[in-house]
Amino acid sequence: MRYFLCCITLVLYTAQVHAQQPTGVKAEDTPNDSGGNITVTWDYPKPYEGVEQIKYTIVVGESENGPFHGTKFSAANLQSSDPGTFGYGEETFQKLFARVDEYTDPTDPPKRIAIENGKTYYVQVIAHLPSGESFPSATVSAEAYENFFNRTKTNNFVIGTIFSLIILISIFLAQKRELFIRRIAGLEALDEALGRATEMGKPVLFAHGLTSMGTVSTIAAVNVLSRVANRTAEFNTELRVANNDPVVMAVSQEVVKESYLNAGRPDAYSEDSVFMVATEQFSYAAALDGMMVRDRPATNIMMGYFFAESLLLAETGASIGAIQIAGTDSYTQLPFFITTCDYTLMGEELYAASAYLSREPKLLGSLKGQDIGKAALLIVMILGTLLATLGIQTLTHIFTAY
Amino acid sequence: MLFLRRTLPLIIAFAVGLIGILVFYIPHSGAQSLEYELTKWDRIVAAFALALGIYSLMRLHWGRVRRQQAGWAYSFLVFVGFTVMFIFAIYNDGHGPFNPQVADSGPFVWMFNNVQVPADATMFSILAFFIASAAYRTFRARTPEAAILLVSAIIVMIGRVPIGGLISDSIPELSQWLMAVPNLAAKRGILLGVSLGIVATSLRIIFGIERSYLGGGEE
Repeated sequence: MRYFLCCITLVLYTAQVHAQQPTGVKAEDTPNDSGGNITVTWDYPKPYEGVEQIKYTIVVGESENGPFHGTKFSAANLQSSDPGTFGYGEETFQKLFARVDEYTDPTDPPKRIAIENGKTYYVQVIAHLPSGESFPSATVSAEAYENFFNRTKTNNFVIGTIFSLIILISIFLAQKRELFIRRIAGLEALDEALGRATEMGKPVLFAHGLTSMGTVSTIAAVNVLSRVANRTAEFNTELRVANNDPVVMAVSQEVVKESYLNAGRPDAYSEDSVFMVATEQFSYAAALDGMMVRDRPATNIMMGYFFAESLLLAETGASIGAIQIAGTDSYTQLPFFITTCDYTLMGEELYAASAYLSREPKLLGSLKGQDIGKAALLIVMILGTLLATLGIQTLTHIFTAY
Repeated sequence: MLFLRRTLPLIIAFAVGLIGILVFYIPHSGAQSLEYELTKWDRIVAAFALALGIYSLMRLHWGRVRRQQAGWAYSFLVFVGFTVMFIFAIYNDGHGPFNPQVADSGPFVWMFNNVQVPADATMFSILAFFIASAAYRTFRARTPEAAILLVSAIIVMIGRVPIGGLISDSIPELSQWLMAVPNLAAKRGILLGVSLGIVATSLRIIFGIERSYLGGGEE
């Protein structure tokens, strides 16, 4: 009888341990990273009262039989919280995961030892019940290694490649046939504005935005500057380029110099025409405002990414009666430019400006490619809205950034 | 010479542009350290360019002082300000030029906090008057578009202050709707165009189709 009771107790205890023990434990290299990280996944326990109160810890050892050392991770999450890695399947709501990149140094506990690439580690998940009992899982092993492709960015890569191909094909086709490009009033008016400065014998003031050479809007602004410098060289009009970034200034100096050289007027180029004003935002605005009021340029061209100084510049320019052409992709500043400038290039028009002014078929082809890309995006948006309304999220997931 | 002025910059632009794109997708430490290295180069170039910037600034203002152009006294002030701040930076609150800059005390910080910051704040506050004058010009309801703009602006402005809610509960709601639906739709439309513009401009530069940044364009 005693033997029987012992057996029953043992069976019940074993059954309880199995009920609380984390199951389905897997450890593998964390995908899409530069190594040094292991992802541990396990099943979400079967529902019962108090299941939410189970806490988990993960221990790591260098040998299958231990010793195991504590790790630091904030909390176990459902896989559904990281769709970039685990996708959108139903099973992601039934699985937990945690990431481990270091464990406690057994010789000096406050210190941590980082997970090394190419080394096998043994991992256990321990479930801690509110009652104070703990149940370790079976031991699993994993190796961390470096990945060569971030799979979460696959959609970005594919969509980016498709758009790039559309643009490149458009550039190729543009060399074979003439393309229609819609009229951009601000760029059509550029010659008129520069001509006005020439007639009045007053300078043309060109201001880049406040961002560095690393931003595409500044590169686009420099491209426009090149075209403007070509024209001012032809018209023999004074061009003044005010900068707030030394790198942009150095690039602008070279660009203007080359443009004057290409226009056959190297003698008309003055080193003082491209200058540094100030690196601070409002010092730059104050200096430019002062120049406008004192020198009264006939034309102000403001291209690039602007912040709060946009209105300070444009309103001062309007008060001196200058023709003002602005172009920015900063949508917060667009209303100010539209309000105060004669012509404003909105968003993408800034990027199209150089191609539009050059009229080179290859550059115009890229504009056509842009338009095709935009049309494709519009179709996707309409389709995505319809599908999402019907509860089909596939297209939404494809266009989600991770 | 043409190789140095044209071909080499195009090769560099192609290589660096391609690396910039690829490291976005490659998490391998080799790619990441290459990206880090390139940003370090960028910082080094920027440091040298700063010297060029200072030279340009000084040259510009020295020319004005020498020619006694209108407002030359302001240019003189640039030299005074530059010299004073330079001396204070070297002094570094008594720690000398070979120690990290003291960030919370000393004459350099005092000058910055009591001259530069209030001057910036003054310029920023002028914006309020500029907005008022610009808004006055824009909101004159001469065309149907301007009239729509005027009405929308009034609703948004009143909806954002407590009196809007006191007049009617629907004014703040309408204001919120205007910002969250038509305004956001327009904003996203612009952003989509901008993103495609960035892709197209980047491709033009990487493949050497856009050469304006080298000056002049096609040859």
